[in-house]
Amino acid sequence: GSGGFRKRKHDNFPHGQRREGKESVNSSSALMTSFKSFQLELDTRHDKYERLVKLSRDITIESKRTIFLLHRFTSAPNGEEILNESEVKLDAVRWKIKQVAQELIGEDMYQFHRAISPGLQEYIEAVSFQYFIKTRSLISIEDINKQLVFTAEDREETANTTSSCHEEQPHTWSLKVTPVDYLLGVADLTGELMRLCISSVGNGDIDTPFELSQFLGQIYDGFTFIGNTGPYEVSKKLYTLKQSLAKVENACYTLKVRGSEIPKHMLADVFSTKTELIDQEEGL
Amino acid sequence: MSVSDMFIALQGALSADQDIREEIRKVVQALEQTAREILTLLQRVHQGDGFQHIPKKCQKAREHFSTVRTQMESLKTKFPADQYYRFHEHWRFVLQRLVFLAAFVVYLESETLVTREDVAEILGIEADRERGFHLDIEDYLSGVLTLASELVRLAVNSVTAGDYSRPLRISTFINELDSGFRLLNLKNDSLRKRYDGLKYDVKKIEEVVYDLSIRGLNKEATGGAGGEK
Repeated sequence: GSGGFRKRKHDNFPHGQRREGKESVNSSSALMTSFKSFQLELDTRHDKYERLVKLSRDITIESKRTIFLLHRFTSAPNGEEILNESEVKLDAVRWKIKQVAQELIGEDMYQFHRAISPGLQEYIEAVSFQYFIKTRSLISIEDINKQLVFTAEDREETANTTSSCHEEQPHTWSLKVTPVDYLLGVADLTGELMRLCISSVGNGDIDTPFELSQFLGQIYDGFTFIGNTGPYEVSKKLYTLKQSLAKVENACYTLKVRGSEIPKHMLADVFSTKTELIDQEEGL
Repeated sequence: MSVSDMFIALQGALSADQDIREEIRKVVQALEQTAREILTLLQRVHQGDGFQHIPKKCQKAREHFSTVRTQMESLKTKFPADQYYRFHEHWRFVLQRLVFLAAFVVYLESETLVTREDVAEILGIEADRERGFHLDIEDYLSGVLTLASELVRLAVNSVTAGDYSRPLRISTFINELDSGFRLLNLKNDSLRKRYDGLKYDVKKIEEVVYDLSIRGLNKEATGGAGGEK
């Protein structure tokens, strides 16, 4: 009796029950078929995301290099040449952004926004820095977006490298930076302007700092106007912006007070100690 | 354009954005309320006599889903159709909850996994992104994973209620679900975390089936389940 029971148990569980479970999971059931299509859909989505992350990284790197290049502008005699070179670099960045825009044709941009946002911010920083050096004013979000409209003729050249399934797509397409990306990019720009201010003093340029102080003041006012209407990241940048502004204002103060006493060739020394002092204060 | 003009324009855009979010939040709150009501209704199947009333409970739940559809209609009007993912996180949670509830109802009725298209229809939304407010695939899968946990609980309670065949059918179903999820290459995100919990559901249901087998309680049950196939 009990032996028979044990035997039955044995048949039922490890073999019988398990096998029943496995058998019913045949690979052509409706459920498995739909999961196979889910696999395809998820993989496609993840692949696209990864491609965009890679493009975003490239955009970041190239934009950073452009900014470094532009910092040399004030100290080098061949300013025009550097501006031209930066334009070439930015064109290269825009070509990458075009690839991003191409990936996003027919997609909801916000679905992949986190992948491309860092790159776009860095690009905005670079492009607005260049614009400031050229015109001494702030580039508007509309102007940035205008440069990010791509036409079909441009695409023909790249058609070999990308897939050829875009034929029914419209002839122009564009990428729009979001207001938040723009704001974050502009907030980063202020950091560059602060560096520009300190280094311009080193070149004996005593007009730029005052100009920058005024410009940064305007941007700061703008950010205070937005306050906490924007997302958390924007308010976070406000703190760093305040510090940059303080540095520039202090530089202007020192120039005003001591500018008449100190010979121009010593100004650089005065500021290198001054900035160190500020950095130390921050560390506390 | 002066700097301050630019910032005034940006501020305008940002507060318009906030207004939209506020509107969405209101509708989502109403949806959450409906979802809670459906959940309360369906929870009753776990209790002693609930098993006899399953079809009735499903019927009632389906009536509630018509409220969901009206609320979804109003949600669609709150933001531009092509900006779904911009505001996605506001309704993500409640949508996953609703997918689970719809899947639960469908399982109780027919013991099958609801398709993505059918859930979309029950909720009054689209299955494809191209056609408007849609059901994101990750939200669908998340809801299905919640269903797995709920079914394990149902298996335990049906044993208590003396129904020994249901756990075996649930076991088959969850095993199939597990094989399905094994096909997916998940990224290290929330869905992956939810999926990592599925193995505990599988383990638990196997324990229930084992308990039944070791006591010979599934003898007539397997016969019944086998006959159905």
